[in-house]
Amino acid sequence: MGKAFKDSIQRALNNGNLTGALGAFSEAYTVNRAKAYEGIDFEELRGKIADLKAFAAANLKPLSDEFTRNAEARGATVFRSDDPAAVRDYILRIAKEHNVKRVVKSKSMATEEIHLNAYLEKAGIEVGETDLGEWIIQLAGQTPSHMVMPAIHMTRDEVSDLFSTEINERLTSDIPRLVKVAREQLRPRFLAADMGISGGNIAVAETGSIVLMTNEGNARLVTSLPPIHIVLVGIEKLIATFADVATILKALPRSATAQQLTSYVSVITGPTPNPDGTMKNMHIILMDNRRTEMAADPLFKQALQCIRCASCLNVCPIFRLVGGHVFGKVYTGGIGTILTAWFDALKQSEDIQSLCIQCGACKDVCPGMIDIPGLIMELRRRLVREQGVPLVMKSIYAVVNNRSLFHGMLRAASVAGKPFTSGKFIRHLPLFLADLTDGRSLPAIADVPFRDRFKIINQPRCAEKVVFFAGCLIDFAYPEMGEALITTLNKAGIEVLFPEGQTCCGAPARYSGVYEVAEQNAIDTIKALMAVESTYVVSACPTCTVALTHDFISTFESVGQTGWRKEAEELAAKTLDFSVLITKLVEEKRLTFQEGKSLATITYHDSCHLKRTRLVSQQPRELLRRAGYQLSEMFECDTCCGMGGSYSLKMPEISAPMLQRKIRNIKATGAAVVAMDCPGCVMQIRGGLDQDGANITVRHSVELLVDTLQ
Amino acid sequence: MLYERFKVKAEAVSGEVYRFTDRSGAFLWLVDFLKREGVGATPENSALWAAGTFLTDGERDTFRGAGISFEVTKQAAATARFGISQMAWGLADTGTLAGNSTDIDQRLVSSLSTIHIALVPTAGILPDMPSLFSHLHPRDCAYLAMITGPSRTADIERVLTIGVHGPERLVIICIDEYAGGE
Repeated sequence: MGKAFKDSIQRALNNGNLTGALGAFSEAYTVNRAKAYEGIDFEELRGKIADLKAFAAANLKPLSDEFTRNAEARGATVFRSDDPAAVRDYILRIAKEHNVKRVVKSKSMATEEIHLNAYLEKAGIEVGETDLGEWIIQLAGQTPSHMVMPAIHMTRDEVSDLFSTEINERLTSDIPRLVKVAREQLRPRFLAADMGISGGNIAVAETGSIVLMTNEGNARLVTSLPPIHIVLVGIEKLIATFADVATILKALPRSATAQQLTSYVSVITGPTPNPDGTMKNMHIILMDNRRTEMAADPLFKQALQCIRCASCLNVCPIFRLVGGHVFGKVYTGGIGTILTAWFDALKQSEDIQSLCIQCGACKDVCPGMIDIPGLIMELRRRLVREQGVPLVMKSIYAVVNNRSLFHGMLRAASVAGKPFTSGKFIRHLPLFLADLTDGRSLPAIADVPFRDRFKIINQPRCAEKVVFFAGCLIDFAYPEMGEALITTLNKAGIEVLFPEGQTCCGAPARYSGVYEVAEQNAIDTIKALMAVESTYVVSACPTCTVALTHDFISTFESVGQTGWRKEAEELAAKTLDFSVLITKLVEEKRLTFQEGKSLATITYHDSCHLKRTRLVSQQPRELLRRAGYQLSEMFECDTCCGMGGSYSLKMPEISAPMLQRKIRNIKATGAAVVAMDCPGCVMQIRGGLDQDGANITVRHSVELLVDTLQ
Repeated sequence: MLYERFKVKAEAVSGEVYRFTDRSGAFLWLVDFLKREGVGATPENSALWAAGTFLTDGERDTFRGAGISFEVTKQAAATARFGISQMAWGLADTGTLAGNSTDIDQRLVSSLSTIHIALVPTAGILPDMPSLFSHLHPRDCAYLAMITGPSRTADIERVLTIGVHGPERLVIICIDEYAGGE
């Protein structure tokens, strides 16, 4: 990771205006978005949008042809190009032909993508942004920090300073007054402009129409007042039919700004009369710039389902800490990372892709149903494939891939770590857990790992066997969780098997893009777990469960491994999360809760993989309630704690504030105990609470449930 | 029923909604409203109506007497305090006005004035956008406009502020017996 990139993150994190504004916005957004979608079946709606956009992405060429035919039949001129330079030249040529001196623009990401403003200005043409946020950052000489709210990082005082300089009059920071100043300043520019340039939210092939949405009304002026109108749209904005416009407009404003509809929507089809009675000179530029190539990629084609609402930015726990500027100059956030890799270059995404913690919050709200975290993983994989793995990571994964060496080193660490142990925590762990920074204590490596403890556990002989996949953290840091799981299942008359050959699930390697290591981890795990007869495979670590049920197959697909596919599918089919298995056993009356228990008040933290990939959130809560615990929900219970496996090693400066926020929310409930279902989250949150000094106990659900069952 | 839903939704986004059974009632109210709001002869207080064929000659004369001009130009619209136009449709589920605004005058008075007053047939209020699209299609309409509340921004510190480039007030007059002069 480049130093300049790390510096830009640090600058953003230290910018109180930015983190304050984005934090407050993201909190309000979640509530307002839910309200805006009241009475609407979001899953059904986004299913329709994904379908119609996927169809368009698969038919870019015929839809571009159809759009061109229809728009030209109505009198517009259509220019199609794959080349940003050709697009810039085309616009400049028209401007020169018509002696254009002044251009007004309404917001367009495509023009940002080709850096049009600077190009026209160099040719002596005055280019004025008219969207208030865009105008502010144009005056400030900055780039947008958010796709929908470009100036969200600036305070009213900063805006007041900018405007005061612009109009040469000392203004106060009264927002309505500042808005009025913008109206007064920009009004004459609208009236005097020779050319209007806009983007387009949608381009309709069936009718040759361009759909434009704004709240301020600037697009109406840009498209009505100047005699020339240039529309620049990426071809991913194409849709097949006019009726589909209503479907997209149902989601776009709700997802973008939690509005039911923007103040203004214009559907423009061909030239319209100008104020002086002449007809508009209308040019529509359909820009490809690698979109066709993207559509041909079996994985990345789904990124063309994006409707540019930016909700993936609004719900991202990392975006709200760092804002848009660390992402570069044009597209920001989760989808921006993917678009940058394509419209700019894969190499350009090298640093920014590492910002993603893979929590999956964006995938849940994407109206285009794009698997944004999945595509970022694929970028990571392709980057590693092109550029290789850093040497230090390589040596770590070489160790992880050799089970006996890996486990041997972990055992050695339990001894080596001793001098640093204070109580239950140590500050530094050797190997890949080294170099963790402040803000979190780390668990000591267990003296006796689970795999050794298992051998001396006396289990009843039962007919039914279940295989336990422990994962590294339970095996070597939290063996007591594994013991609690065995006691619990024994109560249901189930004997637990622990195949010794099991090793790392491969998640650390996969999430770093090192798929060949993840592949070998998967094969070793499958071999070990499928060698014994069992009803189920159970895991008490959702990241491991996701590996066993989903990632193994996906890794095999990515690397072209076909030999183990069938076994991987069989393993996936019989693997269950701990709380799902217990819920099943309770329903079957094989497990019963002790009567009349009234236990502590607890709060519950949803782990990302459990809630968003495994879709499990109610089962653990219901089990804990039935056990007798009082549940007091925390704010943002399903927001990532900042662990993200090796993320907390690579991005400690981002992980730490995520953890602090989580701890604030836990403390605010007043609960004495915080429960969760992931040993990784336990490690993160327990470490944070230890440093914080709060008297709150962190427990895996299995530890809270074991003694409440008969 | 559609009208009530439309009114609730339009008011939720700062629209001002009134309903009249016939044109004369609406016109009387309009003249009175303009007077109350200070319509005058100076450009800054002027009222501009892109009436098209909506009004009879007699009606036009009456309104001229009340200080309303029908000579729509870019400059006149840019300074006018009141802009009056017709919108053929309303959408109940979002409180939206919609219509064919290919006529530039309709767009000038509704996008440059400080207060936009829109006259809408109550019968033109439809449930939602898909129903609008079955009545209004780009093949017959080069500039399909939808307006939902006044111009707004939240670009400075996310504080909702009304009236950026477009009108700062939107006054909607629904008329049950809308037809007349045409």
